Order: sequence, then C-alpha cells, then structure tokens
Amino acid sequence: MAAVMPVPAASRVLLSGNEAVARAVWEAGVKVAAAYPGTPSTEMLEVISTYPDIYSEWSVNEKVSLEVAIGAAYAGSRAFCCMKHVGMNVASDALMTLTLTGVVGGLVIAIADDVGLSSSQNEQDSRFWGRFAHVPLLEPSDSQEAYEMTLYGYELSEKFQVPVILRMTTRINHVKALVTVGERSAKQAAGFRKDPARWVMTPAGASKRIPLMFARDGELRAAAEASSLNVIEKGSDRRVGFIASGTAYMHVKECFPDAPVLKLGFTCPLPVEKCRELAGLVDRVVVVEEVEPLVETELKAQGLAVHGKDILPLQGELAPNVLRPAIARLLGEPVPEASVAPAMPLFPRPPTMCVACPHLGVYYTLSQVRNLTISGDIGCYTLGAGHPWNALDTCISMGASMGIALGLDKGRGEADKDKRVVAVIGDSTFLHMGMQGLLDMVYNKGNVTVLLLDNRAVGMTGGQDNPGNGRDIHGDPAPRVDFPKLVESLGVKPERIHKVNPYELPVLFKTIRDEVKVPEVSVIITDQPCVLIKDYHKLKPYEVLDDKCTGCGNCLDVGCPAIHVTRRGKEVKASGREVDLAFVRIETSVCTGCGLCVQPCAPDAIKHYVPQSPITLVKGGCSA
Amino acid sequence: MSNTTNILVVGIGGQGVMTATEILAEAAIAMGHDAKKTEVAGMAQRGGVVSSHLRFGKKVLSPQITPGTADVLLGFESAEAMRWQHMLKPGGITLMNTARLVPPVVELGLYDYPEDPLAEIRKTGNKVVAFDATTIALELGDIRLGNTVMLGAIADHLPFPAEVLRECVLQRFARKGEKMVDLNRRAFEAGRAAVEAAEAALA
Repeated sequence: MAAVMPVPAASRVLLSGNEAVARAVWEAGVKVAAAYPGTPSTEMLEVISTYPDIYSEWSVNEKVSLEVAIGAAYAGSRAFCCMKHVGMNVASDALMTLTLTGVVGGLVIAIADDVGLSSSQNEQDSRFWGRFAHVPLLEPSDSQEAYEMTLYGYELSEKFQVPVILRMTTRINHVKALVTVGERSAKQAAGFRKDPARWVMTPAGASKRIPLMFARDGELRAAAEASSLNVIEKGSDRRVGFIASGTAYMHVKECFPDAPVLKLGFTCPLPVEKCRELAGLVDRVVVVEEVEPLVETELKAQGLAVHGKDILPLQGELAPNVLRPAIARLLGEPVPEASVAPAMPLFPRPPTMCVACPHLGVYYTLSQVRNLTISGDIGCYTLGAGHPWNALDTCISMGASMGIALGLDKGRGEADKDKRVVAVIGDSTFLHMGMQGLLDMVYNKGNVTVLLLDNRAVGMTGGQDNPGNGRDIHGDPAPRVDFPKLVESLGVKPERIHKVNPYELPVLFKTIRDEVKVPEVSVIITDQPCVLIKDYHKLKPYEVLDDKCTGCGNCLDVGCPAIHVTRRGKEVKASGREVDLAFVRIETSVCTGCGLCVQPCAPDAIKHYVPQSPITLVKGGCSA
Repeated sequence: MSNTTNILVVGIGGQGVMTATEILAEAAIAMGHDAKKTEVAGMAQRGGVVSSHLRFGKKVLSPQITPGTADVLLGFESAEAMRWQHMLKPGGITLMNTARLVPPVVELGLYDYPEDPLAEIRKTGNKVVAFDATTIALELGDIRLGNTVMLGAIADHLPFPAEVLRECVLQRFARKGEKMVDLNRRAFEAGRAAVEAAEAALA
C-alpha cells in the first residue's frame, strides 16, 4: 500500500483498481476523502490515508462519509468518498438531495459492487443510483481505466457541478494490473459562498432545483453520446454485436475478439444513439451487463431489439465460461464441449474464526445456553452461525440485530413465549448503525439481552481503527468512546450493563444466563481485542497431555482452529448409550494461550506447553 | 489469447498465496509482459479457500482463468491442489506441497479429509509433482520460508528464466538485510531442487 505514493510520474506500476483510484484521487488534487470500510472498497481509503496532503477519515458510517465529502465539495474543494454497494443504501438519503444542490468542488463517489458475493450479504447493482439520483456514472473495466475515469470524473463533476459515481466491481477493485501514473496537480478551494436558494433544500428551494436537474440530464446524455469513453469497435464478425461495460467488456473481448463491440464507460445517462449505431452494424445485439438488465431494459424501451438476460444469468459474474456457451446457443452452434472435468468432490473449507479470537468464548457460551433466539449482525461474528456453535439465527444489514431483536420480542407467538431474545453486535457495527436501534429498544421497553462484542477494530475488513479504539485512520490518538457510558446515556439501566472478559467462560455464562432472565434491556460488553490488531498480546501456548485426554471432545466445541483430532473412538456408557470420542492435540506453533479450551476440558488434560525441539513440533502441524 | 500464460496458485487464507502470486506477476512484468492478477479469496482473513489467478502475455483481457485452461497449478496445500484440478488444461502440470491442513469442519467429524490427495490427482492423468515445502523451510530454520520454497518450485515451469523470478523474490527481502536475502536465496534454490528431484523420480 504505502508503496503507491513514492512512485514517480509516468512509471508503469502493478496496481489494484482500488490502488489506482487512490493514486488518481491524489493526482486530482483532492483535499478531503472519507469512507467506512467495506469489502471490496476498503483499500481505496487505506491507500489515500498514506498521502499526507489529503485529509482522510474513517467515518462512522457511509452516510456520514458522504456528508463529509459533500461539505468539502460545497466549500469548493475536490472531495472523494467510497463504499461497498450496500453502503450506498445507507448514504442514499444524502445522495438523493445532493443531486439537487450539486457541488462546486469536484465530488467522485466510488461504489464497489460485490458481484459474485465474495464477502457480502447480497448482490446489488449500483448502476441504479445513477438513474435514481440523476447523476452521471462511469464504469472502468480495469485498473488503468479506474485511474483515468477517476481523473475524468473530477472534470465532469466540476463541469456539470454534479457528483459523479464511479461504479466498480470486485474484479476491478481487487484485480492487479499495470497502470501508467501521472503527477499531482494541486487545487485551490473556491471557498464556501452563501447561497440559501442552492444549499438549503426546503420544499420551495428544492422545487426550483428539480427542473435544473432534468435539464442537466439532457446535457449529460449529450456528453455521454459524444464521450470517447463510449466507443464502437467495429470488428469483422457481424453475426453478433455486443454492448458491454466493466469487467464484462474484458470477458467479451476475450471470448469474441472479432465481434463488433460498443464499449460503454460513461454509462449513465445511456448513450442510446451510440447503441442504435452499433445495432445498425450487426445482425443481433447482446447486452452483457453485471448484474441487472438496466441497459437492456432501457434499449428495449427505445424500441431496440436486443438480447440480454434472456440468454445470460441474472446473478454472478459473466465470465468466459458463462458467455461462450450462451452465445453458441444463441447462434445455434454446438455449445463448446465442457472439455473441463468436473471439480473433484471435497470437503468445504469455510472461513473460520481466528485462533484465540475473543468471539470464540462468546459463541461457545451462547451454544451452551438453551432457549435463545439470537439476532446477529455483520462482521466476523456472523461466523457464529456456523459449526460448531450454531449460535446466530439472523443477519441482514448493518445494525439490524437491534431492531430485529426487538421485533422478535414484540412479535413473539405462543410457541416462543419462553424464548429469550439475544442480539449480538460488534463495536464498529454498533457505532455504524446499532446505537439508534438500541435507543429504540430501550425507549420502547424491549426485553432483549444485547451482547456488544467490543474487539476494538473493524475486524472483518482487516482491523481498521474506529471511534471505539481511540485511534484515527493514521493510528494516531483520537477520542475514544466509552461504551458503558454510551449505552447508559441511551437509557440502559446501570445495573443492566456489564463489562465481561470473554475468555472467562464461567463469568460470561453466568452473566448471560442471569441477564436473559431479566425482562428488560441488558447490555453485556465483552472487552478483549481482535487478535489481528496490535492491542492483542500473545500468551504462552498450551498442549494436550496425550495420556490424560479422554476423547470427550469438549474442547472442540470452542471451535478454535488450533485444535486437531489425532484419533477417534467409541465408548459405551453405563446406560448402554454409545458415544463418539475424539482425542486431540493443540497446534502449539499457532496457539497463543487464550486458555478457552482449558476451561471445558473434563480430564484437565490441557497444560502450558513445554518446548522440546522446535522443528519436530511445527512439523507435526502439517501432517494431520 | 493462446499466447497468454495462466498460473493458478491455491491454498488457504494466511498461507501467503496472494503475495506469492503478486511476486510471480512482478516477474512476468519484468519480462515485459502485460499481466493481471485476481483472487477468489472468500470472506475471512484466515482459514478459508484462496485461489489466486495470474494471467500474463502480450495483452491480457479477462482477469480470470477459465476452467480447463490453467497451464500450471501451484498448490500450497494437498487438498487444495485437488480442489482446483478442473482448472487445469489437458496436459497441465500440478506442483504441490504435501502439507495437509485440516479444517475445523473435518475435526468436528462433519467431513473427511481425503486419505491421499496426491493419488486422487494422479487419477486425472495430468502430471503432478509433489514435495514437502514445509519440511524444507523448517530445515532452513524458519517455516515462513515455505513461501519462497514454493516460488522456487514453480521457477522452472515458467516461460522465462528462473533467475528473473528469483531476483523479484530477493528484492522483497532486500530491506531486511543480506542474511535474509541469503536465506531466501537458499529457500528458492531448495524449492527448485525439490521439484527437479521429484520430476527425476517420476521419469
């Protein structure tokens, strides 16, 4: 990351789409950049934060980050904001009126769509926002274009005084490719000029801005029609012409190098006449777009007969192995034989929580308490839904654990009358959008036990800093939220607030068991850091004394990936019941001594590790 | 298209798969190639499946390797090398570490780890070269050298000289002093030698 900055102008460097955008933001003379972390967008701001001449911040959520960027653009500075696709759902309230005021300094909003769901709760198409908010939208198809379109985005933004959306996808954000970079050009802020008719959107003020927005649509459409980002590559095989944008364009070129293609880069407003021109050149047109049939629908409304989602999937990436057979079928040609052998059957390898993760203690405990309905949230702790804990029952959106828990409580039927409702939320997610839900829960007298897992980091996206850990984006000291005081000020009774060390299982168990019985809002705050951040300190590792292990398997219920089964067996109990045995060992080279597994171990077989020869021991780790 | 080289590097999160692929990309670029590198990394930082795609040649378009077209599969873990066999082109080669990293779902008794991944891969009829990169690294004194051993292992299966890749690897350690550079040079050469020996044994 840090390597991006010192690269001299005109050099050709291997950059991810995220790094390329960051470089362009710096070169464009941007003064303010804000974001909330979210895969696959996170690295844009991480890299931007390494440029000392840009003010950058982790905001508490995407809406605030956009508002910070809007303020800077109102002041006449160039500003940048980025988020993952679902982030714009949160920020859109600002966007939908920002389009009426417009901007003075250029504002580019990069939205990263997780096409293929590598790390998201849904797959949504951010190109809708361009149409919905009447703002222009650019779609790069590789790192070089991500760089160039960011720079162009600022020109476009200032020319039309409108925010510009840069729509990226995982295969742009996270693909590394060669980029030729340039120089930074410093910009002077114009300064904020008072103009209530423009900046204060009352009904009277807004109603005068709406016609200007529609007029701007027309001008932008003309700009898109004339844009060099929308080009027809004539090709030689006229049987099928393609209209494509983003990575889908690269896939089309890979599969059909001789076909005519309209490559769209400036895709909203849609240059319909250019599409018509392509249609005139070919026998049939196929629109290749990830994810929704947006261009296709618009062209059909304009009377163009095009193919799209009738032959291509509505979900996932439109990679060559999807495109080739679809087009072959359309042309009535033999479908390229699946010369590819099917994948070999194999166990899945789902992501796991880390060795010694403080969440392990929480989920082990939740799995031991009966009669719970657990509403979950977004973060590493969503993994609590999996084995061995199976201790998370819902997950939809940031902060939703709060409202859903209250709804589960208020909406409970006769069958659930004895169920206890628990909500699990991380520190960063709580600060992002959970606080309001907790306030609602307290105000409306809910009966919910909230587990606030404070691990002092945005863990899932790589351990970014947040207001809960007292460090800013540069790792410098910053005011730190006091969670017990915060939840108390939201109305939780002081006697219902508990701070617990999640590695102390008996205390955690007792606290949860006691609080779920109390028919009001309780908040249990766990206070140990994410094992991936610098606040975490390793302790002496443990090992299993083979002669003492009885194979009870209790330690496996903790779910720590450092515990491995050495052999299995069966035992017939006095009652005649047959139970499975699993004898274990601890991978001492990765164990950091959290001691969670020691606590449920029935025969007291787990002890601090006594080193022998380092080589023999680590070797054991690679031969199960 | 046909002059594009497709290298698939696979393993599990935390093993250094993505860094290794990036170094391979740097070597390809040093040779004047266009290159694109992409991952299917899944959502966790640790323990999940990682497959990293590197494509290089005169001009690379699609960043992903299409199933059935990988030239070389470099496997950091046995079962993972097996998981991605369908990505190889007919006649493609697998270079794999014999390490077995057993996931919690297997420890919990929900699934079985294949008894002999190498034998399963051999059944495809494609060439597979197996070696114990982990032990090689440990014998050199540090398990973290495994990454460099793996890069050494692929060095003689690239369309450019092994020395180009070696220089790219060693550059990464230049800041850490001559001792680290030397250690990595030895790890790299040990990886090359291990593959050479394993191939000789197959012949």
